[in-house]
Amino acid sequence: MPSPKRVGKIEFGLLSPKEIRKMSVRKIIWADTYDDDGFPYPQGLMDLHLGVIDPGLRCKTCGNKASDCPGHFGHIELAKPVTHVGYTRLIRKLLRVSCRECSRLLLSPEEIYKVLGPEEERNTDVITEKDVKKERICPHCGAQQNKVNFEKPTTFSEIWTDENGRKVDHKLTPADIRSRLEKIPDEDLRHLGINPDVARPEWTLITVLPVPPVTMRPSIILENGQRSEDDLTHKLVDIIRINQRFKENQDAGAPQLIIEDLWELLQYHVTTYMDNEVAGCPPARHRSGRPLKTISQRLKGKDGRFRGSLSGKRVNFSGRTVISPDPNMSIGQVGIPLAIANEMSVPIRVTPFNIEEVRAMVLKGPVRGSLTEPCGANYAIRPDNRRVRLNELTCETVAEQLEPGWTVDRQLRNNDIVLFNRQPSLHRMSIMAHRIVLMNGRTFRLNPAVCPPYNADFDGDEMNLHVPQTEEARAEAHMLCSVYNNILSPRFGGPIIGGIHDHISGLFLLTHTLRWFDKEETVSLIKFNPPEHLPKPGKVENGIEYWSNKQVFSMILADDLNLVYRSSSCKDCEVCKKGDCEQDSYVQIANGQLLTGTIDKKSIGAFKGNILQRTIRQHGQERGAQFIDDFTKLSVRGIMFDGFSFGIDDEDLSKTEYKQIDEGLDEAMRDVKRRIQIYEEGQLEPMPGRTLEETLEMQIMQVLGKARDKTGEIAGRHLGLSNSAVVMAVSGARGSMLNLTQMAGCIGQQAVRGERITRGYEDRTLPHFKRGDRGAPAHGFVRNSYKSGLTPTEFFFHAIGGREGLVDTAVRTSQSGYLQRRMINALQDLKVAYDMTVRTTGGRIIQFQYGEDGTDPSKACFGDPVDVRGVLENVLKEEV
Amino acid sequence: MDTKDFSVIEHVMVPEHHVMTREEVDDLLLKYKISYDQLPKIYHDDPAVKTIDGKVNDVIRIVRNSQTAGRAESFRMVVKRPKK
Ligand SMILES: [Mg+2]
Ligand SMILES: [Zn+2]
Ligand SMILES: [Zn+2]
Ligand SMILES: [Zn+2]
Repeated sequence: MPSPKRVGKIEFGLLSPKEIRKMSVRKIIWADTYDDDGFPYPQGLMDLHLGVIDPGLRCKTCGNKASDCPGHFGHIELAKPVTHVGYTRLIRKLLRVSCRECSRLLLSPEEIYKVLGPEEERNTDVITEKDVKKERICPHCGAQQNKVNFEKPTTFSEIWTDENGRKVDHKLTPADIRSRLEKIPDEDLRHLGINPDVARPEWTLITVLPVPPVTMRPSIILENGQRSEDDLTHKLVDIIRINQRFKENQDAGAPQLIIEDLWELLQYHVTTYMDNEVAGCPPARHRSGRPLKTISQRLKGKDGRFRGSLSGKRVNFSGRTVISPDPNMSIGQVGIPLAIANEMSVPIRVTPFNIEEVRAMVLKGPVRGSLTEPCGANYAIRPDNRRVRLNELTCETVAEQLEPGWTVDRQLRNNDIVLFNRQPSLHRMSIMAHRIVLMNGRTFRLNPAVCPPYNADFDGDEMNLHVPQTEEARAEAHMLCSVYNNILSPRFGGPIIGGIHDHISGLFLLTHTLRWFDKEETVSLIKFNPPEHLPKPGKVENGIEYWSNKQVFSMILADDLNLVYRSSSCKDCEVCKKGDCEQDSYVQIANGQLLTGTIDKKSIGAFKGNILQRTIRQHGQERGAQFIDDFTKLSVRGIMFDGFSFGIDDEDLSKTEYKQIDEGLDEAMRDVKRRIQIYEEGQLEPMPGRTLEETLEMQIMQVLGKARDKTGEIAGRHLGLSNSAVVMAVSGARGSMLNLTQMAGCIGQQAVRGERITRGYEDRTLPHFKRGDRGAPAHGFVRNSYKSGLTPTEFFFHAIGGREGLVDTAVRTSQSGYLQRRMINALQDLKVAYDMTVRTTGGRIIQFQYGEDGTDPSKACFGDPVDVRGVLENVLKEEV
Repeated sequence: MDTKDFSVIEHVMVPEHHVMTREEVDDLLLKYKISYDQLPKIYHDDPAVKTIDGKVNDVIRIVRNSQTAGRAESFRMVVKRPKK
């Protein structure tokens, strides 16, 4: 292996025609590729001097076979120069700042001094187009300059007014431009930021075109035996054909018009060869109609060489499949289908200590039929690095040969560590290390409590899995990225892994108000993690022992927890009744016993969970993870104790409520009409800083908004905690009372950009309304509920409002994705050094103390470095 | 507005800026084991730098009030702003 070398410098420049000819091994003159026998034409595009791709043939330049020949460049002599699309802006600049006669920079030395300052202070500043006034007179030869016009993609022309006052538009051919740029003195180029030693500007007009080696444009042989050429080869064929015709016509003295046509055609082909997505240039297409992928398309964009092949590429030891939930697993585990575990492997080095164990794996071979069987092995690697695929034929002989020094690729087995990932990987919790549990079925299984950091759900989401291959990688995965290390998010210093949806509903139902369970019920609730002893029963009635629901929940709490807070169901009453709260929302935990209050989102939820956060701060990540595992299981038992479902009749109200809702909405309609009338009579008082129309619109929106909320209140009065949707809304599990209002009461005003809908036909939104109608129904007020159903016009307005949301999210995700990529590219190599400074790879300091205070936000308490409240609560055991 | 009429340094939102002495700079570089050009930069025409009369190659100590750390110090080397 060659020793690593340090890159001293990188120089960017242009290839000169001389250099191109020098590096070329063959002048290419024939557009044809292969003859009838399938042999490359000499001096054709597939000339054997350019390298070989067919096995068996030898390169005529270096004599190597296909596997060793790096490929060699050839060249095409163009009949006339053409413009390089990539440099049109540079050409334009140079034409505009240099004299059309003498090609000197259109600035006197004094003017240059004015722009760049004294010679010794000049650093990276250069003269730009703006420093040169348009159409001035050359300070060197006195020639009058003309305006230089540039038209995409490659047309340059001079514009001036002749003595008859007519505008003259004179096209500059690439040859004209080339001769002008040739004459620009080296010294002037330096002022323009160009190093003439490596980039003479006339080299941007191509006279000699390099032909890339066949190795970078290999032809493929289709199933039917036909050759299919690479897009670049196709394009080169076009260039050579036109070039040939151009030359013939030139030699025959063809009329200027034909020459110009051919020149432009050659320009088109060379342009699209470089970049097939230039503005103002129709893309060159394949016979099938597909646009060709030419040089710039190979490099640009997501699948281009940089983002697709260098920054990111496909990897081995990875798997991808659909995910599904399993609340009985630990959050630190991931369920893996046997088929995937059999395919992926971990290398095990054979030592005298494990040789028998490894030999058994080798003997087992690659076939593992069920979860209970021990793992087998897929490959054995000999000490000379030769791989032997294990199968029925080879495994016995390999097992015999096995000795220390060999490496065996062992199949995955339970408790192996893997990295689990879901795209988009927006934060570090998007990749976490899990422990494997082998499972039947074809999906990855995960505990739903880890959905928030991955932002995963189970509507068809797929996730990726990577198997670390070295001890270091496994140690890092375990110690830095394990799920346990990521329960507390560095984003806000609270738990990002925690209860969601049914976990919250379940514990809410279990712990709300006081309930009693007999021994059988109690044990069935906590049998997933039975405590050594049941606590003392809360009460004994008629000789039967009872445990309260709060006692049941306390069994999974850490022993010395002291917390007081209000749960999400708290209505922020003016005078809090604390322990006697009607909603049972005053949570008191003393010495690990839940005394009062309901467990909901604020206790165990992801992002907010107070108990979770405190458990981790006091007892560490392991205990925190244990708590999550316990409550996910308890909540599932709890929710199944009563059952939890939602049906269409859960949206039903009684006759009185419907009457009230109708009356409320009728009243609102009348109110709107009245306000419109006041406006039309000119009696409306405008609000400060608003026009009359704006005032009216705001009033109408307000009236209708209030009317909608009122229907919600009416519906809410009827639907109590016996309604599942209310339980979910109150506990913070999912949905809100607004959702319920819209289902049972009234959907309300549909808006576009926060205003009532006004677009559509002339003076009206739809032909169903009178022109100039300002009423509520004509501008998108939906009076019906989802249950009662929408009228056609309401449905249409609802679709308009709904579409806005969809468009917004689509636009936002693409924008934030780009922002994220730029931020990551800027920050990716920064690290916190041991002296707590943040530095670049070059040791340059970005921050003298990480985050100005040197604290780890994931170890802070919701942003506070010290959790004073928590400490006090623990000592005083009451609210502070 | 001209900085002669109004000193930006007096504004509540502008943190303290001081030009450091030679010795202070040497101590600083030694403390962080860095060379001169590994320091963060600040432009010579930064209003605060102009007010305290910082020159190119001076090092400025900036002291901010921090919510979490109380006071946070940072150091920047004055460089000439490249034109355009
Ligand atoms: Mg999904
Ligand atoms: Zn070769
Ligand atoms: Zn001139
Ligand atoms: Zn209350």
